[in-house]
Amino acid sequence: MKSVTSGCLALIRKELTVYFTTPIFYITGFCFLVLAGYFFYTNVLYYSIISLQAAQQAAMNPQVAGQLNPQYMVFRPLFGVVAVVLLFLVPLLTMRLLAEEKRSGTAELLFTYPLTDWGVILGKFLAALLIYLILLAFTVSFALAFAAVGRLDWGAVGTGYLGLTLLGGAALSLGMFASSLTENQIVAGAVAFGLLLFFWVMGWVQEVGSGLGGLFQALSIMEHYDGFVRGVIDTRDLIFYLSFIYFFLFLTKRQLESRRWRA
Amino acid sequence: MEMMIEVHDLSKYYGQNLAVSRLNFAVSPGEIVGFLGPNGAGKTTTLKILAGFLAPSSGGARINGFDCVTQSLQARQSLGYLPEHVSLYPDLTVTQFLQFAARVKGVAGKDEKAELERVMAACGLEEVRRKLIATLSKGFRQRLGLAQALLKMPPLLILDEPTIGLDPSQIVEIRTLIQELAGDHTVILSTHILPEVSQLCQRVIIINRGQIVASDTVENLSRQMGQGARTLLSVKGPEGEVAAALQGLPGVAQVTAKGEGAFLVESGNGHELRPLIARLVVDKGWDLLELRAQEFTLEEVFLNLVTEEES
Repeated sequence: MKSVTSGCLALIRKELTVYFTTPIFYITGFCFLVLAGYFFYTNVLYYSIISLQAAQQAAMNPQVAGQLNPQYMVFRPLFGVVAVVLLFLVPLLTMRLLAEEKRSGTAELLFTYPLTDWGVILGKFLAALLIYLILLAFTVSFALAFAAVGRLDWGAVGTGYLGLTLLGGAALSLGMFASSLTENQIVAGAVAFGLLLFFWVMGWVQEVGSGLGGLFQALSIMEHYDGFVRGVIDTRDLIFYLSFIYFFLFLTKRQLESRRWRA
Repeated sequence: MEMMIEVHDLSKYYGQNLAVSRLNFAVSPGEIVGFLGPNGAGKTTTLKILAGFLAPSSGGARINGFDCVTQSLQARQSLGYLPEHVSLYPDLTVTQFLQFAARVKGVAGKDEKAELERVMAACGLEEVRRKLIATLSKGFRQRLGLAQALLKMPPLLILDEPTIGLDPSQIVEIRTLIQELAGDHTVILSTHILPEVSQLCQRVIIINRGQIVASDTVENLSRQMGQGARTLLSVKGPEGEVAAALQGLPGVAQVTAKGEGAFLVESGNGHELRPLIARLVVDKGWDLLELRAQEFTLEEVFLNLVTEEES
């Protein structure tokens, strides 16, 4: 067991080395931070304009000022838009994970090393999750900058980050499954993006009045995210994301096992 | 004594194609076994199954007493594998890659550095330790492939064409290295280079169309193919007369003059001809300079077995 854990840690380390030596992490990180920074800036700008107007009206109507809350006006919309940006970027982080091992032939060494399939899957998943968390960690600077000049509800920001972590984990597990299906990174990325989009828009079905709407909504990855952004941790949402992650990691495992028999 | 490799009724289908058909063989600890066969014979498939990369369609194999499928992890802990096409992570340096492989194999802490130094020295990788794998030549990649297989001194080494793509001096180095491994390790190696097998292996397994056609020592194989079937002699006497007399001996199928009094005599039925020839030369009053049975080379054994199979 000890050697399996150390093998998994070795794999995480190797994956991180590859992430940091190839341009994909830097390009993804650059795009993500530019977009997230842009949205944070526009949200803050909008909030300050509204605040200014409210301050002018406050003399006439004191209740208006009380309704202005940076959580509602800056961070909730920011978490919403960051989630969408990440849905676009996660396939870039996961497409290489297993497809490249198969294409280049390194899978033959990796799968003959004394590592279990779960060891390989968890090693790769956790490495991708760490990279994702590093990207997210940069955005904490936005909250710190805001807190320096205004009041901030750190609890709600914290649950927002928890939501982003779980949503990202779900997207990464799905992306890794897509990467296990093919030898082609582009195909893996496209499949991951298509599936993510599907699990995102699934929740919209109810709005057009389908009978299965409730079920689709319950399976949509965005549907369970709203609670976290509002500052609420609901165990149903937690269980949904953890099951989603486990389900796609499990499918990835089955896919790896079938390669051994089919190949 | 427990066998290092035991293969029983091993078959592998790729879709409808039968790649390996009911193979049975065993390799004892410390043995160096050559795995020979033409392209597409099923060598690489068999080695991939032994290494745990593929699962057999039926039958099974045990490595160091562990089943390749049900106890795959333990079986893989007992082996080092060099695949036919060595693919390594191009974005890592030689040291980073070997560190990764060592840790995955469970070499930990302070043993790690010593182990890395050992395999790098054994495979001549010290000078490229900081280089990116992407920039290495084919020869160095092959050596790095071998180095990762040697990590943690596995009892079994599975080497699929270990000297392919190397220059002559590297081939000699790698062969010497493999010879040094004998005794401590069991080695099964597949190759196309037949002199390599004669030089390195105590035993050869010849496989064709997914089936074993021969399994023995090189000497025994060439002997079985026809002991005394070919006799080389050198006689001081009138060449035409000698050739005619040899041709007249019972059981002689063909006589080929090799020049300067040398003849190659082939018997039609594999009988030993040397006593008859010796008597003939003495009776005729010629001088016998040399008389010896000519053994078949491994190339001849191989071609004979493979073409026999095909016909």
